[in-house]
Amino acid sequence: MNFQAVGAIYTFEMARFFRTLKQSFLSPVLSTSLYFVVFGTAIGSRMEAVDGVEYGAFIVPGLIMLSVMTQSIANASFGIYFPKFIGTIYELLSAPVNFLEIVVGYVGAAATKSLFIGLVILGTAYLFVDLDIQHPIAMMCFLLLTCLSFSLLGFIIGIWAGNFEQLNLVPMLVVTPLVFLGGSFYSISMLPPIWQTVTMFNPVVYLISGFRWAFFGQADVAIGVSLGAISLFTLGCMAFIWWIFKTGWRIRS
Amino acid sequence: MTGIVSVQNVRKIYDGGFEALKGTNLEIQEGEIIALLGPNGAGKTTLISTICGISSLTSGKITVDGMDIGTDYRKVRAMIGLVPQEIALEPFETVINSVRFSRGLFGKKKNEAYLDEVLKTLSLFDKKNSKVMTLSGGMKRRVLIAKALAHEPRVLFLDEPTAGVDVELRKDMWNTVAKLKKQGVTIILTTHYIEEAEAIADRIAVINSGEILLVEDKAALMARMGKKKIRIDLMEPAKTVPERLAPYFLELAADGSALTYTYDVNSERTGITGLLNDLQAAGLQMRDVQTQQSSLEDIFVGLVQEDAK
Repeated sequence: MNFQAVGAIYTFEMARFFRTLKQSFLSPVLSTSLYFVVFGTAIGSRMEAVDGVEYGAFIVPGLIMLSVMTQSIANASFGIYFPKFIGTIYELLSAPVNFLEIVVGYVGAAATKSLFIGLVILGTAYLFVDLDIQHPIAMMCFLLLTCLSFSLLGFIIGIWAGNFEQLNLVPMLVVTPLVFLGGSFYSISMLPPIWQTVTMFNPVVYLISGFRWAFFGQADVAIGVSLGAISLFTLGCMAFIWWIFKTGWRIRS
Repeated sequence: MTGIVSVQNVRKIYDGGFEALKGTNLEIQEGEIIALLGPNGAGKTTLISTICGISSLTSGKITVDGMDIGTDYRKVRAMIGLVPQEIALEPFETVINSVRFSRGLFGKKKNEAYLDEVLKTLSLFDKKNSKVMTLSGGMKRRVLIAKALAHEPRVLFLDEPTAGVDVELRKDMWNTVAKLKKQGVTIILTTHYIEEAEAIADRIAVINSGEILLVEDKAALMARMGKKKIRIDLMEPAKTVPERLAPYFLELAADGSALTYTYDVNSERTGITGLLNDLQAAGLQMRDVQTQQSSLEDIFVGLVQEDAK
């Protein structure tokens, strides 16, 4: 393992994050505050508690997941797409590194950034609602796994994308709808039976459900199923990235 | 003898079916500067990209210091530095951080003293903490070289390093290349500037349409293929070349004021004495005589044109 290379990629990518630290910090704080004002206070005050949890608190795990998933994809896809766009990818391709080292460096940095954002949102949530996290270690594990798996997905999107439009296409057209329809702001049990069945094909449901379980001790699907789904998704992304580097798809002529 | 870089029967066919390298063979000796000359699309960059691992080869074998570039890619790539043709740099990062990144990426531990030395050699030290985007084009090229040298490579590929660079900076770079050669670095240079190859290379390889046309010691090549010209300015303009001088295949200037004789410097008899005698016998009087050695550029153009036939 070329640890020097992993460290170099990670440090270089994190430097991009630190250059825009204010925006990185302020943007999630502002958007989360707006969500709480609209959903938590304005609408939430007229809604009943969901499974015994006050609506304002109920949406916290979904809000964190929404930002963490979209930020993970955005950070990781940009991280690998930008060197392709400006041509500096030549250095990566001619370096004595294997696919794992490249992935650990880029995806590790992207996941760190989204983990930071997730924790900032959690901190902001405490300003608006009373939260008592029932399984804090499980919560951190789910958060980490989500950061990691969606950063892997973002890395794939970044390699696939041929231009900036494509870079935004998948997050906009696929991921955001999946997250919104994945129970971020409601319990699956609130849907009509037919839609409950349809929703089960949405992988994001398992992530949000598992994450919510860590917060409140109750979930739409069993915790083991959630864990299995996210692990499978992570492994699938890793396998695809391994194939990308083996074949040179979209990166090596 | 196997060189430090050995390219054996390498073919590269791109997805679209274009064959960029057609069974290329090239042996590069340790410590030399070899210039790879060729017109646009000849396969120079493809050859370099393939050796460095950016492009995959279709068939053939490439070794560096006896190690295969595929199976021993870690050891091989750690030995190689590459300065690409296009300026490709992270614009928002500082010079020193860009160079640090390159050193780390190639598996070398931190060594600020060495990096400072590299920056000083390339006259970049005072720009160490400047963002890359604030530098001029020439300075950015230096940063590319600094990045390529950051991990102390034994083999350095310079893909048209002085394209679009002013004369002063170009000469600075030639000096840098000379210093690296003294340190034992093997340098492979592609260039469009023949004078560049003429000034710094030990050997010349000419590539055209994916094939190496020749590889030869620069001085020997120039001596072997070099032609010399004598331009004879006449006292009185001549309307035609006199019949007596026909065997010399002289060129008459458009205004008839001069005759040009081309001869091979290596031939046993250059014919100069006979020409001078025959000029006098033909009644032509000389005002002035100038000689001119053909440049590497003339040789190169000649070779490529011959290959195209």
